[in-house]
Amino acid sequence: MSGILRLEHVTKRFGGLAANQDVSFAVDRGEVIGLIGPNGAGKSTLFNCISCFYRATEGRILFHDREITNDTPEAACKRGIGRTFQIVRVFREMSVLENIMIGAFLKCEKTKEARARAGEVAGLFGFSAKLDRLAASLTISEQKRLEVARAFATGPEVLLLDEVMAGLNIQEVRETTELVGRLKGLGMTLILVEHVMEGIMPVADRVVVLDYGRKIAEGPPHEIVKDEKVIKAYLGVKYAERRARRSVV
Amino acid sequence: MKKGLCLFFIFVALLIVFPFFFRNPFPRHLLIMIMMYAVMSIGWNIIGGYGGQVTFGNAAFFGVGAYTSSVLLTKAGLSPWTGMAAGCVSSLVLAFIVGYPCFRLKGHYFAIATIAIGQIMMGLFMVWDFVGAAVGIYLPILPQSFRNFEFHATKLPYYYIMLAMFLFAIGVAFLVERSRLGYYLRAIKDDPDGARSVGVNIRRCKLYAFCLSAVLTSICGTFYAQYVLYIDPPSTFGLMISIDLCIISLIGGLGKLFGPVIGSFVFIPLVELTRVYLGSEGQGIDLMLYSLLMIAVAILRPQGLSSLFARGGR
Repeated sequence: MSGILRLEHVTKRFGGLAANQDVSFAVDRGEVIGLIGPNGAGKSTLFNCISCFYRATEGRILFHDREITNDTPEAACKRGIGRTFQIVRVFREMSVLENIMIGAFLKCEKTKEARARAGEVAGLFGFSAKLDRLAASLTISEQKRLEVARAFATGPEVLLLDEVMAGLNIQEVRETTELVGRLKGLGMTLILVEHVMEGIMPVADRVVVLDYGRKIAEGPPHEIVKDEKVIKAYLGVKYAERRARRSVV
Repeated sequence: MKKGLCLFFIFVALLIVFPFFFRNPFPRHLLIMIMMYAVMSIGWNIIGGYGGQVTFGNAAFFGVGAYTSSVLLTKAGLSPWTGMAAGCVSSLVLAFIVGYPCFRLKGHYFAIATIAIGQIMMGLFMVWDFVGAAVGIYLPILPQSFRNFEFHATKLPYYYIMLAMFLFAIGVAFLVERSRLGYYLRAIKDDPDGARSVGVNIRRCKLYAFCLSAVLTSICGTFYAQYVLYIDPPSTFGLMISIDLCIISLIGGLGKLFGPVIGSFVFIPLVELTRVYLGSEGQGIDLMLYSLLMIAVAILRPQGLSSLFARGGR
């Protein structure tokens, strides 16, 4: 197997419960991977394993051929794995600029440099007019975007985005999809956990489907949506029909 | 910004000329105490205010600072200035030993653990004969000089030494606030996991902050020993000292550069004045008064008094 990020037989158990079982896949540089599956399928757990917030019980996670399975989250970030959280974790009492600065500080030790870098990143994410706003005063959609900006400011190679589209309205989903496209254009490797199919299908190069902690399918989006197992476990017959109808029209 | 800087210089100038207008020992003593508590509270604020790691054990560093210099002076005849440096080293070691395991604890559990640390130190020094146990240490009366760190005729030298320490502490806090460490601490306070996800080594940051806090508290310990010339465990390791540092920062404004300064300029005079004028009644009116102050701040200005000076507010 090649790829900058590789998961080899990753299993994560919480006591008797196996949240991930024997999950293997590889991610190539510049790829966008969609990670989907029903609630409780172990998507976020897998994210936490990759970003080293959890330690995989079995199996190995390799980044640039180096095992990171037992690293700390901060070490994983230093190696180039950035992430966001399902439930937003922005620094609520800090301004937008300061939030991004915390990310920028990873590569810039001096406050002045970090501020300059954060300013650039803020521009990229459309925050230029809101630099001094408290993060807590932003809308959920903006907070999620701020989290991506903060992670981006650390200069990662791989970004793990955990449900950045959940709870957003159609317009915001469209904006986020566009943002993901832009990140891809910058050469970023992305893994997205997502429930919003309309958001993920247009941008993903490949989709990995989890169910009950196991990988049940992997492939390009147009194949995944026709996969019997995936339809049964997650997408549902209705989605398949709707999709089929749309493609006929 | 400019206006703030001007205000600060006026404030410092007033402190410099203060002793020329107040020649009695009491006002000078009052200001020395205010500044001493300000220095310690600035130290507390670095870890407790910016970093959000509330500690009730900082008196341990005050005690270690006081005892290290006093023991070195009485047993080895070393200058208190050397003792002050040695006290800092001891405090750093203690901060590391305490901080390393305790910073694994989250939120309130860390606060609880620090209470234990302070009390353990007090218990230890209460029974440790080599350092005078419960009797404490009487420092020898030496000829007054800067080297001996003893001045008998007037409090003036003590006043200026303290003023220098006070400005040093503000300088340290100023640099911390503007540095990566300061930003990281605020991030840790807001969301530790979020901070880790962007590469912040939260344990190391907390340890650095705790060490700075320890040094600022420790130098005050040495100063106190040389100022009062008598120390015993309750007056240096007492839990009340740790709590006062927390209250001062809280009243002034947590995580604000001048929060602890404003806090101690309000809190210490109140404590000292009520103690002097009302304490002898033995009714505890002084204690009631300052609890009233705390309640008033909690209701009217929960962000602390320093927010009164903030422009507009957010």
